[in-house]
Amino acid sequence: MKKLATLVATAFIGATSMAAAQDEPRHGGTLQSVLWPEPPGIMTGIYTQSSALRPTTKIFESLLTYDFNLNPHPNLASSWDISPDGLKYTFKLRENVRWHDGEPFTADDVVFTYGDYLLEVHPRARTVFERTEVSKVDDYTVTFDLKEPFAPLIRSFDLCCLIVPEHLYKGTDYRENPNNLAPIGTGPFKFDEWKRGEYIHLVRNENYWVEGQPYLDDIYYRFVPDAASRALALETGQMHLATQNDLEVLDTMRLVEMPHLDMTTKGWEWGSPIVWIEMNLRKEPFNDKRFRKAMSYALDRNFFRDVVFQGMASVATGPVHSASPFYEADVTDYSQNLDKAKVLLDEMGLTPDANGVRTTVKLLGLPYGEVWNRAAEYTRQALREIGVEVILEPSDPAGWAARTRDWDFEMTMYYLTTMGDPALGVTRTFLSDNQKQGVLFTNHAGYSNAQVDEYFRKAAVSVDENERRELYSKAQKILVDDAAVLWLVELEWPTVFNTKLKNAVTTASGPNGSFADTWLAE
Amino acid sequence: MRFAYTILAWLPRALMVLVAIGLLNFTLIRMAPGDPASVIAGETGASDARYIEDIRRSYGLDQPMWRQAATYLGNLATFDLGKSHRMQRDVVDIIFERVPATLFLTATALTLAIIVGTLLGIRAATRVGTWQDTLISAFAMLCYATPVFWVGLLLVLLFSVLLGLLPPFGMSGFIPKSGFAAILDTLRHLILPVITLALFYFAVYVRLGRAATLEVLGKDFVRSARAKGLSENQVLYRHVLRNSIVPVVTMAGLQTGQLIGGAVIVESVFAWPGIGRLAFDALMQRDYNLILGIFFVSSIMVVLANLITDLVVRTVDPRIGRM
Repeated sequence: MKKLATLVATAFIGATSMAAAQDEPRHGGTLQSVLWPEPPGIMTGIYTQSSALRPTTKIFESLLTYDFNLNPHPNLASSWDISPDGLKYTFKLRENVRWHDGEPFTADDVVFTYGDYLLEVHPRARTVFERTEVSKVDDYTVTFDLKEPFAPLIRSFDLCCLIVPEHLYKGTDYRENPNNLAPIGTGPFKFDEWKRGEYIHLVRNENYWVEGQPYLDDIYYRFVPDAASRALALETGQMHLATQNDLEVLDTMRLVEMPHLDMTTKGWEWGSPIVWIEMNLRKEPFNDKRFRKAMSYALDRNFFRDVVFQGMASVATGPVHSASPFYEADVTDYSQNLDKAKVLLDEMGLTPDANGVRTTVKLLGLPYGEVWNRAAEYTRQALREIGVEVILEPSDPAGWAARTRDWDFEMTMYYLTTMGDPALGVTRTFLSDNQKQGVLFTNHAGYSNAQVDEYFRKAAVSVDENERRELYSKAQKILVDDAAVLWLVELEWPTVFNTKLKNAVTTASGPNGSFADTWLAE
Repeated sequence: MRFAYTILAWLPRALMVLVAIGLLNFTLIRMAPGDPASVIAGETGASDARYIEDIRRSYGLDQPMWRQAATYLGNLATFDLGKSHRMQRDVVDIIFERVPATLFLTATALTLAIIVGTLLGIRAATRVGTWQDTLISAFAMLCYATPVFWVGLLLVLLFSVLLGLLPPFGMSGFIPKSGFAAILDTLRHLILPVITLALFYFAVYVRLGRAATLEVLGKDFVRSARAKGLSENQVLYRHVLRNSIVPVVTMAGLQTGQLIGGAVIVESVFAWPGIGRLAFDALMQRDYNLILGIFFVSSIMVVLANLITDLVVRTVDPRIGRM
């Protein structure tokens, strides 16, 4: 069964990269990529900012990679096996892999990474791997044992969880380790130089375990602070690659029209980001379901998709991304309907005053650029139609994060990665016992529903794919009907690249792939 | 002798100003919502309580505020600016790595602006009311009123995108060069940011040069000089310039103090790896030690620049010290 899935996936990838693979890959060339902001560091596990991931993923590798449908494929693990009860995962490792300093890669590195290093430094990895007991069978075999099944485990071996060299880290203070400044990995590119304020330079790993790869001589990640300058760099051909929110949406639209530039929105399936407005359910009137539903009916998601995000998005109908196998389409439909909204508000007794205002609420917008300002402005305009006056609260990234995590908001807008499997990225926002004041990306809103908790808890430990799907569907129906948050759109991050650059996006990690098979045409 | 006395009188004042600035900066930055932990959590898209605690403890943010302030001032006294939270390196090293790039940019721009601006200002004054005067004054006004980032982007649009003559950003090209070629390469990268920044400063010197020259030209001693039969040029260079240059020197001195922190916008537009941009990033990331370190170094610059200006002005015009 698994073989078949792999076969289908391979055929699928084959079809999508046909265009890129028309001619033979060429060795040589220097890739110039935009990177902003300048990351604080690029040691995997310690620096997990999105801008740190891009260079990090060229230096370090994980056991598996994932295709666009999030099916696992071999990487440092050549094969794997999951016991029928879902309690034992066995990985066979490749035997010809060496660290950049020449030491051999073995089971010790894997055991150290997942059993010690990541638990110590990485919050997201911690929630996954603290369930497992990882042990070495022989030099090239490791097992992960679980107390209760955790189906998402097999989708947890990528970006966050790359493997670190045990011989350099064991017994050291991980955050202070001198290797963090010039990391040693197994990946296709080696760290060469970091010129602060200017660029990070990676060079070809001559002894990479895949014969003949990588194709590129080296990669420059250049820090360009100004969005307009970043767009110009692609326009003039000085840079080959920009992705995620490197470019303002309007620039992206302009650039793809140019003959030497191309764009894809693939390669972010791993993250599956959804944009929403979260309401503080501890405050009036947000604790009334009717008020939340009324706001949901007032917002036109097609307008968000087509105008605010310029088509770089699709309508979101609920908490699970439509690319996920657990997506449920049959939920309450919140197509814009002002009459329905007004009826709900009338029922609540929120009647319009002389100026047509029923109530006033505050919205904390996301301070990440022009698009987000417009998203907040449109929200204000749309809610005014039903007599809800919105006060926009400006902030900067630090202020936004502090107020959101401390529950100091009425409404807050942001996007969050839902990670393909709901157990990894979705449930954290709604589980009632995940209300942790002071910790970002937990249940800030204070949503609490025993029924939903029960479905989520059961689905996390079930090994029966169909049962999991059913449980997640039930939970989605409740959450959407409750309007637990106002889901707006599923973000599609654009990757804009020079047509000379081939195979930039071939997996669910997209620009965060290893670039072993990426090459530059003459 | 007079110089020594001036410096002695200035020292205690300067020290008090620095301590006050240090405390004020500390208070201001802590009043901004959010802290390094919130920024990091926001960037990573995941966090848990232990992670936040780890960060706070490692940055010393778990201590009471008064103790943090006392520690900070104590460290300042020994010129220990601490470690950057975000980069895990000494603030002093980071700052001195970036200062040369900024000084290179700002000093070039300021020098250019002073020379060209003052000369054009004097020219406008000697041709007062003619088309030349109108043209120079209007151009200066335009430069003064146009936002710096907009000028920068337009120059890039013209010289980089349309004409392809000059690189749009950065300090050096993408292909490493050495020796003379590398110097030329850096100079080519310098042209656009320098012009952008110089245009902003330039307007001030045009206005100053023009106003001061006009004022001096109307004075009695100029009439006497002309009556002695000196040529117009002799009058200008011997009598007028020496007097009209004083406000220019004063202004230049004050702006020298801003050399370190005055180029935030230009450095951002042109991805110039200098201190202004570093300050902006540090502020956005709430990298407390780094931003305070930059403030502190900048304020030392300002205080020193004011002293030097004082001394220079006295040399140019000996009457000033004796009032």
